[in-house]
Amino acid sequence: MMMNRTRIALALAASAAMLAVASCGSSSDPLASGGSTKTAGAGTIVVGSANFPENALLAEIYAGALSAKGVTVEKKLNIGSRETYIPALKDGSIDLIPEYTGVLSQYFNKNAKATDAAGVYAELKAALPATLTVLDKSAAEDKDSVVVTKATADKYNLKTIADLQPIAKDLTLGGPPEWKTRPTGVPGLKKLYNLDFKTFRPLDAGGPLSVQALKNGQVDAVNLFTTDPSIAANGFVVLDDPKSLFAAQNVVPLITKSKVNDTISAALNAISAKLDTATLGALVKEVVVDKKDPAAVAKEFLTTNGLG
Amino acid sequence: MTWLRGHFVDVLSLAGQHIYLAGVPLVLGLLIALPLGWLACRYKVLYPFLIIGTGLLYTIPSLALFIMLPLLLGTHVLDPTNVLIAMTIYTVALLVRTVADGLGAVPDEVNQSATAMGYKRGRRFVSVELPLAVPVISAGLRVAAVSNVSIVSVASLIGVPQLGSLFTDGFNRAFLDPIIVGVVACVLLALLFDVTILGVTRLATPWQRAGEASS
Amino acid sequence: MINRILAWLTDGAHWQGDDGILRRVVEHMEYSVAALVIAALIAIPLGLYIGHTGRGRFLVVNAVGAARAIPSLGLLFLAFLWLGPRLSGDIAFLAPAGLVLIVLAIPPILSGAYAGVEGVEPAARDAAAGMGMRGTEVLRHVELPCALPLILSGIRSAMLQVIATATIAAVVGLGGLGRFLIDGLAVRDTPQTASGAILVAVLALVVDMVLALVQRSVVSPGLTGRYGKVSL
Repeated sequence: MMMNRTRIALALAASAAMLAVASCGSSSDPLASGGSTKTAGAGTIVVGSANFPENALLAEIYAGALSAKGVTVEKKLNIGSRETYIPALKDGSIDLIPEYTGVLSQYFNKNAKATDAAGVYAELKAALPATLTVLDKSAAEDKDSVVVTKATADKYNLKTIADLQPIAKDLTLGGPPEWKTRPTGVPGLKKLYNLDFKTFRPLDAGGPLSVQALKNGQVDAVNLFTTDPSIAANGFVVLDDPKSLFAAQNVVPLITKSKVNDTISAALNAISAKLDTATLGALVKEVVVDKKDPAAVAKEFLTTNGLG
Repeated sequence: MTWLRGHFVDVLSLAGQHIYLAGVPLVLGLLIALPLGWLACRYKVLYPFLIIGTGLLYTIPSLALFIMLPLLLGTHVLDPTNVLIAMTIYTVALLVRTVADGLGAVPDEVNQSATAMGYKRGRRFVSVELPLAVPVISAGLRVAAVSNVSIVSVASLIGVPQLGSLFTDGFNRAFLDPIIVGVVACVLLALLFDVTILGVTRLATPWQRAGEASS
Repeated sequence: MINRILAWLTDGAHWQGDDGILRRVVEHMEYSVAALVIAALIAIPLGLYIGHTGRGRFLVVNAVGAARAIPSLGLLFLAFLWLGPRLSGDIAFLAPAGLVLIVLAIPPILSGAYAGVEGVEPAARDAAAGMGMRGTEVLRHVELPCALPLILSGIRSAMLQVIATATIAAVVGLGGLGRFLIDGLAVRDTPQTASGAILVAVLALVVDMVLALVQRSVVSPGLTGRYGKVSL
């Protein structure tokens, strides 16, 4: 039986330890990814990201480049889907987030028509609310795609999404939950390609659930992002999109207009200039397949390209 | 584990956030549950309503509460305060019954003796009933602490950073290391809370130790 | 807000079909009941053994305490990443979710079982021994019935936690009422999320009331003091 004094000492030590650790956590270290919620001081940029690794990586690249130029940066990564972080952008919880031109344009303008990079970018700029703006777009693209296994592609002789039309009613489609209602998701596939799938299975945003479901046959076709290294790793087949349901998706920084200044634009535009699809794909592979730290991969990219 | 060595500071920082989000509600929840529990105990007719009402609160899935609070309270979407308030609600839901039962377990004779000695209602509550109810309340607090540590991790699904962020990050990259570290950290954290509450309880109940020493 | 939630709940289209409320409630109950039954099959015999023989108590009590502290979300992701690639078909999703729910349900039932057996009046045990009953007979005829209130209380507590946590199955692409939470979260459709939450709470309450009735009818009148008309 422990002595009473020892127990009390243990409890006091435990409380002290907890207080110490708690104060570590709530300190306002601007570069800590568990940032505090005190309103960021003027000049601080809060960088957010969506809840998938590529976007978090892009956010780290933006954040790294900005701090290299002396801007105070706070990171709030892995927030959620667009429907969650756009409100956060609007209410000032975040100031900057990496985005993709096509889907963003459609988010603000349901009737967006353009499919080429320049046209989409122009439509996007016109559709944005007054408080937000986008900087230069990058050549790097990451598009949504409908992916099937090699076996399925061979069995039904599938090359494009249109080829799914006759057999869709026997197939299960998988995708992120938001695909059920998004114009680029299930409704769009119906409208543009006349696809009526047997069922739609909500999974995740091109993550392990989707990859696993396709591999194990729980879904016949799934939504993956074109830069996803699992496509190559598993021999999946990306179906062509001749009708351009998934318009150009160039990476672009979405930022609150009032936060833009020359330093920030220069830094971010420089990144957009240096980034292309192949490079982005390679970086994503390092994070997802090689399990490297996104912050480290970002730093390496910046140093290699003289941006930080 | 090389991942842990490279990210130790990050994990500590997330743990700190976790302690804040799980611990502060324990204190706030207790402060709110005390008067409510006292009401349930004193006015027997209120007991079923308060118990069922708070029991219902506990069944609301945490994710739903985290999402709805910004809309109900008008707070910012990513504000950890949403999580804090939700956790306080859950703590109150767990503790009201415990406080009511703890106060109810104080023997009538003790209350009567106190009154006979001249203790007025308020002083009797603070000096006699509450201290005697401490063991029961402390047991409830320990359950609430463990429950809180687990529920707070769900907040990573709405982008609030704490140890649960290790789960979502690891899952998105199909990377087991951060998830394992996160789970172990949560269990250790729960243990830490448990030991602390036990220690404070022993400090607050010297008569129990006196009993042990003399036997 | 309340209006929008009520509108969502009363919309007939939301009740029918593969995505409908009825289907999701059934799925939710399937996951919950299956997990509870498996957990009970493990926990009750184990708890009875510990309570009856007193062996292994220290180990089990601490293991149960630690198990309660495991965060469900973390365990779910861990189980999925580890089991998923090894299984094919729907089991790859069901097994991780099931594992988490079973781990969640075992502690309350186990505690209820051994606390129940330990709490049996020594007088009752003596009487049984006096009547010539041996070890397992004492367990079956005396200790188990006397422990029933605490065992059932543990089961009720476990059921409540499982129903509330089975929403987690939706995070790994399964069905159940959690579907409304996750899908609602993804598109910020708050009436859907709120409705899902309300449905879970109501389901938990209804099931708890049913179990309370079961508890009333199954526990021996000798313990509850509830006698019918006594004819003399």
